[in-house]
Amino acid sequence: MQLLHEPSPQMIKDEKIYQEMGVSDTEFQMIEDILGRLPNYTELGLFSVMWSEHCSYKNSKVLLKKFPVTGEKVLQGPGEGAGIIDIGDEQAVVFKIESHNHPSAIEPYEGAATGVGGIIRDVFSMGARPVALLNSLRFGELKNPRVKYIFEGVVSGIAGYGNCIGIPTVGGEVQFDPCYEGNPLVNAMCVGLIDHEDIQKGQAKGVGNPVLYVGASTGRDGIHGATFASEELSEESESKRPAVQVGDPFMEKLLVEACLEATKHPKLVGIQDMGAAGLTSSSAEMASKAGSGIEMNLDAVPQREKAMTPYEMMLSESQERMLLVVEKGSEQEFISLFEKWGLMAKVVGQVTDDHRLKLIHQGETVADVPVDALAEEAPVYHQPSIEPAYFQEFQSQAGYRPEVADYAGTLKDLLRQPTIASKEWVYEQYDYMVRTNTVVAPGSDAAVLRIRDTKKALAMTTDCNSRYIYLDPYEGGKLAVAEAARNLVCSGAEPLGVTDCLNYGSPEKPEIFWQLEKSTDGLSEACEALATPVIGGNVSLYNETGKGAIYPTPVIGMVGLIHELDHITKQSFRQTGDIIYLLGEAKPEFSGSELQKMTEGRIFGPSPVIDLETEKQRQQDVLKAIQSGNVQSAHDLSEGGFLVALAEKAFGTPFGAEVTLPDADVLSAFFSESPSRYILTVKKENKAAFEALIPEAQAIGTVTDAAEIRVKDKQGAALINERVQPLEDAWRGAISCYLKSKD
Amino acid sequence: MKFAVIVFPGSNCDLDMYHAVKDELGEEAAYVWHDETSLEGFDAVLLPGGFSYGDYLRSGAIARFSPIMKAVEKAAAEGKPVLGVCNGFQVLLEAGLLPGAMRRNAKLTFICKQTELEIKNKSTMFTTGYADEETITIPVAHGDGNYYCDETTLKKLKDNNQIVFTYKDDINGSVANIAGITNENGNVLGMMPHPERAVDDLLGSADGLKLFQSIVKYWREQHAITS
Repeated sequence: MQLLHEPSPQMIKDEKIYQEMGVSDTEFQMIEDILGRLPNYTELGLFSVMWSEHCSYKNSKVLLKKFPVTGEKVLQGPGEGAGIIDIGDEQAVVFKIESHNHPSAIEPYEGAATGVGGIIRDVFSMGARPVALLNSLRFGELKNPRVKYIFEGVVSGIAGYGNCIGIPTVGGEVQFDPCYEGNPLVNAMCVGLIDHEDIQKGQAKGVGNPVLYVGASTGRDGIHGATFASEELSEESESKRPAVQVGDPFMEKLLVEACLEATKHPKLVGIQDMGAAGLTSSSAEMASKAGSGIEMNLDAVPQREKAMTPYEMMLSESQERMLLVVEKGSEQEFISLFEKWGLMAKVVGQVTDDHRLKLIHQGETVADVPVDALAEEAPVYHQPSIEPAYFQEFQSQAGYRPEVADYAGTLKDLLRQPTIASKEWVYEQYDYMVRTNTVVAPGSDAAVLRIRDTKKALAMTTDCNSRYIYLDPYEGGKLAVAEAARNLVCSGAEPLGVTDCLNYGSPEKPEIFWQLEKSTDGLSEACEALATPVIGGNVSLYNETGKGAIYPTPVIGMVGLIHELDHITKQSFRQTGDIIYLLGEAKPEFSGSELQKMTEGRIFGPSPVIDLETEKQRQQDVLKAIQSGNVQSAHDLSEGGFLVALAEKAFGTPFGAEVTLPDADVLSAFFSESPSRYILTVKKENKAAFEALIPEAQAIGTVTDAAEIRVKDKQGAALINERVQPLEDAWRGAISCYLKSKD
Repeated sequence: MKFAVIVFPGSNCDLDMYHAVKDELGEEAAYVWHDETSLEGFDAVLLPGGFSYGDYLRSGAIARFSPIMKAVEKAAAEGKPVLGVCNGFQVLLEAGLLPGAMRRNAKLTFICKQTELEIKNKSTMFTTGYADEETITIPVAHGDGNYYCDETTLKKLKDNNQIVFTYKDDINGSVANIAGITNENGNVLGMMPHPERAVDDLLGSADGLKLFQSIVKYWREQHAITS
């Protein structure tokens, strides 16, 4: 093994070996200046992972500063394992989203599974009980056998980990587009609940306090995972399979229970998970945050394999490991606590006051570097940005309008599009009910979980229509946040805050950096306008293959609070005779729509534009109407437009709908995806009360006993007359149909 | 009445079982850690779902050697109600307290959804509360729920009325669509569907509550006779 013969500091410099670790010439010079000497191989390893984009955000930091991160309910913003928002009664909600894209492209099952494992650790390391998982997935078109393999592997990896550990996977989104063919996106989100008094921080305080290593032993898996995540995928990526970790959800289940017990122990000082860059990031960050240092004896680190070098131990991303700092003298209490759960806990070091990370191996000091240099002082780059030619072209292509002769046939075709079709095939593989709090299961606009022993509930969703962000990053960014919030409002929740997962191509390409810049402008503006601060998240860059970059895909994870269980609202029709209302106007805009994608096989033109004032007003109106008890069901209009949403409201119910279109422009009314729109149903007796609350909502029809979708135009001519069943069959069966098909 | 909820490393429906008994049924419940050796003082035993020992080797194969299992066997022999759900059912099969074995679901994927069950035997201590129902809705969540037994065993199960629940539709490939069976004595029930997840209409179904109520009714009757 080459690592047994590590190159000397001089060789590293002369032969530019640092470049293999993703460290640039300038960065190497910086390291040399910081240390006042040449780094050895281990030290270079520490810098290379901590200064990777994945850990340091060196290319995105300048943009992340724009996000609104504060609010009166924000208890913890970005910077810790996960953000925290107050939900009253001394309770708080903790949540974060993270990507595991590159590992999933190479080894879909383990890549996705360990993505889930990592995000769970971020949440319980704050002291919170993880209560729900969500995800956001992107794949190429389901016609390609490799894509099918990745899709099936990712879904079963998420299921394998989440089901075993016993945290319900309650929601998410899946989209398909050719740009994700070689570079799928696997973003996992975890939501936890915590009492204020239990909030923990990942800090290494108190000189002389012992540092405890807890959980699985360290192996050679995942070495340089963070660096791997910070470069483009290529044909060589397959050879980086060892950079993909292997998950053990059973171990993590024990780790969750034991760590939550430990966080109740008064002598716990700090706790952090060993995620990306494993032992390196957890130790350096805990010391840096506390203004202290850490000295570690690597001989004490539990090792899975023989003859591991300091470099390997420090860079391993073996899963299910935590680092704890406890009060001096209490170490045995913690060791016993973990032993009860069958877990290993070992003292591997102590807190020092010299602001350095010092590593001892076989009696020798093998690394001695300033912790702040690792954790805080990574270089920050403001990459050049250029407006791409494609954008200028799209902006000049206004007025796209497809020809549709057969409305019913088009509806059926749309329902079969994998992005719109039912995701039952996916979510039936997830245990979405375990812990018995799931009130609204996957398949509605947002998932809803009750909070036991209270009258409250949490609504949660992940959202991002990357097509619009590709067409126009600024408008698309706003649209993504607005849609996430709208989904929560439809379920009866007040949106609280955002965690974002920014998936993009290489920031070193000016056109890609421009996408990052513009879309984060849009995201920030919408988060500001809708009062949903960003409390944490993750950046995943270099999502590119030889065929190019993915669409810019800033996934929005949003959580909302439902104040009373009675306010919980679902999307489906509830009762015959209920009045159907349409809120919001359909504009003749089809660029980036599902209809355009289906008709043309690609998207082009300018994205729809959203007015955030209108968006906010409608969200407030709809929430008020729901909270006043006047709304039976609510569904927002998104991919596919009005007809798809209307049909979805009938699916899974015995009902149908009879509607008269108020608009003269039938094509827009049916298929436009203009934002800020809803379909709501209201009991007859609540008509007056509802209309007083939302005067701009138009009554367009009624829910019927007959399971048919019947739509007429203003003059009374029939436009659609379809039985629900065949539509529902097409929608429900589409995904498994694509998977079985040999085309 | 006091229910024991056995907790193996990796059990994850223990909390749901506990709350179903305590909050919805209104009876006493307590967790019993797998390395305990006695179930003294408990009137019924619940083995919850989850992934005991990560389902490593085979679902339930390691848990069956836990120290508490001797006490579970004793409770079963004494005629106390013993209910194993999902992974709990798999443990009971591995322990030989129920006949048959579990295979991977026929479609090889995990399956989580509400399912309709037919009640094949309404006279067990677990099902008397279902006198008026033909079918009930209770969710499943399993990867290894494909019940198997040979012809002879199946005939025996049928002849003794040991088949308690069957799936209305074939969801996982189980022999004779079997969802739940008892032992010959009728006091040990194993079932893949989760009655403890169906005790509150807010969460989609309350059809599981009657199963727990049946156990309490049986116990009260026994208790009235003996005291």
